[in-house]
Amino acid sequence: MSDFWSVWIIVLTSAQLIAALWILLGNRKKPAQEIKTTGHQYDGLEELDNPLPTWWVYLFISTIVWSVGYLVLYPGMGNYPGLLGWSSTGQYDVRVAKAEDQYRAMRDRYLAMPIEEIAFDPKVRKMGRRLFGNNCAQCHGSDAYGAHGFPNLADNDWLYGGTPEAIKATLIHGRQAAMPAWQAILGDAGIKATTQYVLSLNAREADPSEAARGAQHFQTYCAACHGADGKGNQLMGAPNLTNGIWLYGGTADQIAHTLRNGRNGKMPAFSSTLTEDKIHILTAWVYGLNRTPVVAATAANL
Amino acid sequence: MKHDKIERTPSLMIALIIVAISFGTLVELVPLAFSKSTTMPVEGLEPYSALELEGRDIYIREGCHTCHSQMIRPLRAETERYGHYSVAGEFVYDRPFLWGSKRTGPDLARVGARYSDEWHRAHLYNPRDVIPESNMPAFPWLFNNTIDAETTPVKLATLRKLGVPYTDADIAGAEAAVKDVREIDALIAYLQQLGTLIQARR
Repeated sequence: MSDFWSVWIIVLTSAQLIAALWILLGNRKKPAQEIKTTGHQYDGLEELDNPLPTWWVYLFISTIVWSVGYLVLYPGMGNYPGLLGWSSTGQYDVRVAKAEDQYRAMRDRYLAMPIEEIAFDPKVRKMGRRLFGNNCAQCHGSDAYGAHGFPNLADNDWLYGGTPEAIKATLIHGRQAAMPAWQAILGDAGIKATTQYVLSLNAREADPSEAARGAQHFQTYCAACHGADGKGNQLMGAPNLTNGIWLYGGTADQIAHTLRNGRNGKMPAFSSTLTEDKIHILTAWVYGLNRTPVVAATAANL
Repeated sequence: MKHDKIERTPSLMIALIIVAISFGTLVELVPLAFSKSTTMPVEGLEPYSALELEGRDIYIREGCHTCHSQMIRPLRAETERYGHYSVAGEFVYDRPFLWGSKRTGPDLARVGARYSDEWHRAHLYNPRDVIPESNMPAFPWLFNNTIDAETTPVKLATLRKLGVPYTDADIAGAEAAVKDVREIDALIAYLQQLGTLIQARR
């Protein structure tokens, strides 16, 4: 704030306090004075012009005393910071630092330990659950079972891999799927045939001759990512097409839609929003979903 | 009897009341209009593009601000959840500001880049498709309506009069930028830039 506005605030605030006090005291009548009426009469009732009640006057004065005390201690008078040096961001910084002191050591201890070891630690489960609820549940669901277009994290079927390293990489860097649209290349007949072939990969009911033609399209266009056997490739995030788990729906219409228009699922990167220790705990929590503890003893040792 | 005179002269009483109630405005609001901390944009802040501006108008039309605030207070509980607290310089091109005062849904001040566009589409089409517990209304008509591009240049020109630094090229290109664009895409463009200038790991 410039000096002019600082002075402006100080002058106006002081002026108002003084004016309020002056109006109050300057108009005060002594109780001993003769009590007048305002001259108004209503059905014989007169309106008296009594002095202000004493308790009210003292209450008013106490508010002025309070405000002077406040303005001395806290920032209110322009650029004057107040004796206590309080500021809302200062108070915020103190609280953040206090929380850091309280939790940092614990999180650092977990950060130094391998994911497999802490994944079933009760504290990590609790912290991870909360981090997940705040950062991940919006897409993956509060139960981590996912939604249409957002993968289930609890079924041990992984698009980009379920090792601790892969999960952590997903969290840190995000993921961008890139399934191209095939309408222009395959045409309506090709889409239909390929759809039938994908159905047949799942031992679902499919037209054999369509599926046979689709198999050729599949080997030409799809196998590069999804593999010759359709079992997917976690390095590219290409889903396994043979296990009956469908990110975008598994009806013939839905599969055809995916083929026609492509899919570009995106997992945002969390490296710029979450600190390393929290990403570590979150990784452990996700890793521990639907897994039985292998090293149960470690949890007790912690 | 001084107060007697004031009470019997309405014009005098009105004048004195105005003086009395002006102090708060003069002390608390007027200096802010001239203070650098409230009028200087944060580093990197650009005026809304034509598309984002139309998205913002849809945000206002659908009343998003009645349930979502755009103001992260400097409280640890809030910054843990939403990110760095909001600063005045982020809002200098917001007319009117959309800070809101009620959080039926979460704060959106830093929702930008937090979810994918695809998530926003699924969520706005029917929030329960991605968040079964949600009580947010669905907005399926945004997928059918297109932007009324004719009024966009007027909006930019009006904002320029109010001090937003749009160039002539911005205004000239505004109509083409939003022509035939679906409302949902404009709204998502607006949402995806919210609060992205200040990043802090938490």
